Amino acid sequence: MSISCCSLLTPVEDDREFTLDDYEGAPPRWCSGCGDHSVLTAAQRLLKDEQLKPEETVFVSGIGCSSRFPHYMNTYGFHGLHGRALPVATGVKLNRPDLNVFVVMGDGDCVSIGAGHWMHATRYNVDMVAMMLDNNIYGLTKMQTSPTTPQGYKSNTQPQGSWLPALNPLEATLGITNASFVAQTAEWIPAHLFATLQAAYRHRGFSFVRVLQRCPVFTEDIYLDAVRNPEMIDMLDHPDGVEVPDSLRQIYPNQLRHDPLNLSAARDFAADTSRIRLGVFFRDETLPRYEETRHLPLHTAEDKIRVLNEELDSYAV
Amino acid sequence: MTRALVGDDTAVKAGLETSRVHTIRSPQCTVEVVSDSGEGAQKCGQTFGAVSAKMGNGVWTVEIIPAEIQPPPRSPAGASGNRIRIGEDVVTNWGDRTNVCIAFNEQVLLARHLLDSIEDDAIILVENMWATHKDEDIRAEWAAVMEKLGTRNYRIIEVPMEEECLTIVDDPRKGKNMFVLGILCWMFDRDMEITRGQIAHAFRKKAPEVTQRNHDLLELGYSWADANLDVRIEVRPGLSAENTLVMNGNQAIAYGAVAAGMDLMAMYPITPATSVSHQLGEMFYKFGGVVHQAEDEIAAAGVAIGASYSGKVAFTITSGPGLALKTEFLGLSVMTEIPLVVVNVQRGGPSTGLPTKVEQSDLLAAMFGQPGDAPHVVMAPATIEECFHAMITARRIAETFRTLVIVMTDANLATGVQPFPRPTLDPAWQGSRPDMSPVPEGKPPYDWDEQTGLSRRFIPGTAGGMHTLTGLAHDENSRVAYASAVNQKSSTMRSRKMAVLHSTLRPPSVYGAESGDLLVVGWGSTKGAIEEAVDRAREEGLSAASVHLRFLSPLEPGLKAMFSRFKKVMTVEINYSDEPDMPYITDENRRRGQLAWLLRAQTLVDVDCWTRVLGEPLQPGAIHQVIRARISKGGVA
Repeated sequence: MSISCCSLLTPVEDDREFTLDDYEGAPPRWCSGCGDHSVLTAAQRLLKDEQLKPEETVFVSGIGCSSRFPHYMNTYGFHGLHGRALPVATGVKLNRPDLNVFVVMGDGDCVSIGAGHWMHATRYNVDMVAMMLDNNIYGLTKMQTSPTTPQGYKSNTQPQGSWLPALNPLEATLGITNASFVAQTAEWIPAHLFATLQAAYRHRGFSFVRVLQRCPVFTEDIYLDAVRNPEMIDMLDHPDGVEVPDSLRQIYPNQLRHDPLNLSAARDFAADTSRIRLGVFFRDETLPRYEETRHLPLHTAEDKIRVLNEELDSYAV
Repeated sequence: MTRALVGDDTAVKAGLETSRVHTIRSPQCTVEVVSDSGEGAQKCGQTFGAVSAKMGNGVWTVEIIPAEIQPPPRSPAGASGNRIRIGEDVVTNWGDRTNVCIAFNEQVLLARHLLDSIEDDAIILVENMWATHKDEDIRAEWAAVMEKLGTRNYRIIEVPMEEECLTIVDDPRKGKNMFVLGILCWMFDRDMEITRGQIAHAFRKKAPEVTQRNHDLLELGYSWADANLDVRIEVRPGLSAENTLVMNGNQAIAYGAVAAGMDLMAMYPITPATSVSHQLGEMFYKFGGVVHQAEDEIAAAGVAIGASYSGKVAFTITSGPGLALKTEFLGLSVMTEIPLVVVNVQRGGPSTGLPTKVEQSDLLAAMFGQPGDAPHVVMAPATIEECFHAMITARRIAETFRTLVIVMTDANLATGVQPFPRPTLDPAWQGSRPDMSPVPEGKPPYDWDEQTGLSRRFIPGTAGGMHTLTGLAHDENSRVAYASAVNQKSSTMRSRKMAVLHSTLRPPSVYGAESGDLLVVGWGSTKGAIEEAVDRAREEGLSAASVHLRFLSPLEPGLKAMFSRFKKVMTVEINYSDEPDMPYITDENRRRGQLAWLLRAQTLVDVDCWTRVLGEPLQPGAIHQVIRARISKGGVA
């Protein structure tokens, strides 16, 4: 008899209906005005709308302001090491494809110290939502330049201003083989944030979402113009990606029809940093998912002993 | 002292088929087969070892491995092959110097000579095509080496390997190894039926002609030896080969992991650990397990931790440099009390060091390498058989104590081959499925038992168990610690678990008498060599004994009392220590062997040490000399 992972789960009576309260963990301790609050709310709303069981959902994070995220959810959470959320999440999902896995990282976490894992997790295309909350700065360690800090922007480590052009996470992710979902949204547009996270959750594969996120303490000015002036933003609009919510169509008049299967157009959009573009840049559900290519039904202890004994026979004297 | 083959008390001279041939009987004999990389000396040596084990000889083999895949041909640094020590009884180590050396060219032979690996009266068989090679430089190199070797008492026999093999194959580079195996089979009177079967098994995935050609080469070597050699060596098989397995330590680790019920291993290629994944890659696939080759050493630890966190205990394998990269994650597993098994197959260090060679220099790094106070378990199997069983013990301890267990092996165990009794597999070794029954209301995720520090682990999917693990200091609810006493409490609970484990360990037993002049303490792969040295010392009437430790953290109980019964205690290890008489070295600044550090700290006994970092296993003869010297120096003998 073979046992699937899912049978590990203890059946719980499933007439439960979850409300937002069911997903609330400890009270958040982020600064007032921090964009992370908005992402937390969107995530809780997503779990409620999708009626995800709290015990079958895992939020994995690294280290940094945004990585406190799992503490504020009432799900399973894993607040691990700086830069290393993705390997842990990969291990969880490889072992337990039945769980819903979300990853929360900051920009330093994801594209600096954890850059190698970001690249390879993208290629593994394991089914999970990976959010990179990008405030363009190291916040928890108090204002050091991150790879996404705009060129010339002053920080404690580069007081003359960031020496180099900012790394472009979307362009880089779209360059990785087997990337299956690449999107960008902004925490100050809750309806778009929610729609994007929902599309990411529903996509089967590794969903990379860069969330532009304000830090009111250290980088208050970076997104200020974009917040005040919706004209600066292009909304990528498509039923296979994210459709611009009706509530936003008036406010954000620049809407571009973009088929997320069009990789070269996605790369062009991502490379052009003269405009802020929000929406799904690329999405392809036909790409191989590592955990599925690897997953076979597990066998019983007796089956393993049989297999092992056959193997040991070839070493028998 | 080394043990000579010829002239040994037990040697008998007797005519066999012809009076020309004489047979030397010996309780044990060491053989080396060396070639350029890619000429198959290893396959030859391994097959000879396996055949000998199947016939009922004790066997220990050690690989001779160059650092590159294809080093320059005909270079001493490129010597590749095997040392095979066979005995009438169980063989526990690689011995001292080799009695028979078969070389495919004079340069690899020179390498063994320069390492002082060859017994003074050894029989050497060497390919002689180089003596008459058309390249003048090669002829000169041959002559120079022969002159060097002439200073010793070796008996050198030239063998026309290439010439003979060309009668069967076009490319003798692919055939000399089986020809040489044929020579060895004649010299040691090996069972040819078993040998042919072993060859057929080795080439089972190739076309049948391949097996046939190798059988032909084997016969050719056998008949060449029969016609041309005049000496045979008899090492009588004295063991029952029934219910015995022959494998190397990495294979034993891999199969032990399966027997222990683990079914996810994450790794990144690193010598000499990698081959564990070669076994499991095929085997796990048969029952749905996963070998995940991660993007780096750090990710391998992370994936294993993620898998363990979400269910059954997972494991990762590595060697020194990889262990260093994993340390932050290892600290996290201690802090979050996620069970994890790490196998560290030690090689020479520091840095990239000696990737293919044995050392025991990672002990203190394994114990103390993590940032902060990170109590965890460090175990060290001493034999290949123990490698198998260590995985079962490690998995069980990791699960029971919610802890990190580091299993320390080394390149000697990893690539050495030894027969051992086949274990009767028990489903209980695999452990039970993780407890995922609903968590009662109010139970915290670290529901530490005040006495033991033990607690139940809440695995994702378990109703009512939602919580967030964190690498930050935390209370029993896994909430980030903001109060000063919290870290003291949680540190105490994590440390307590080690004391509880310690209370379950049995004191180790002394090899030899319970008291005396000198106690040698060892750990890991040196056990066989140390005990053979102790045997030789005791045969001489010296009052020496040894003890071998399998648990380094926590240390096994009863050591202080045991040490007090000996006039001197010393460790013997394959790591670096200063000699007391070296310049600038004083008792105050002397850096000692790593186990000696630990034992001195834990027992307050003045534990001495003798260590070497030659990139090879310790020889029983060398340890024997040290035992003699230490006993006489102390004036205690």
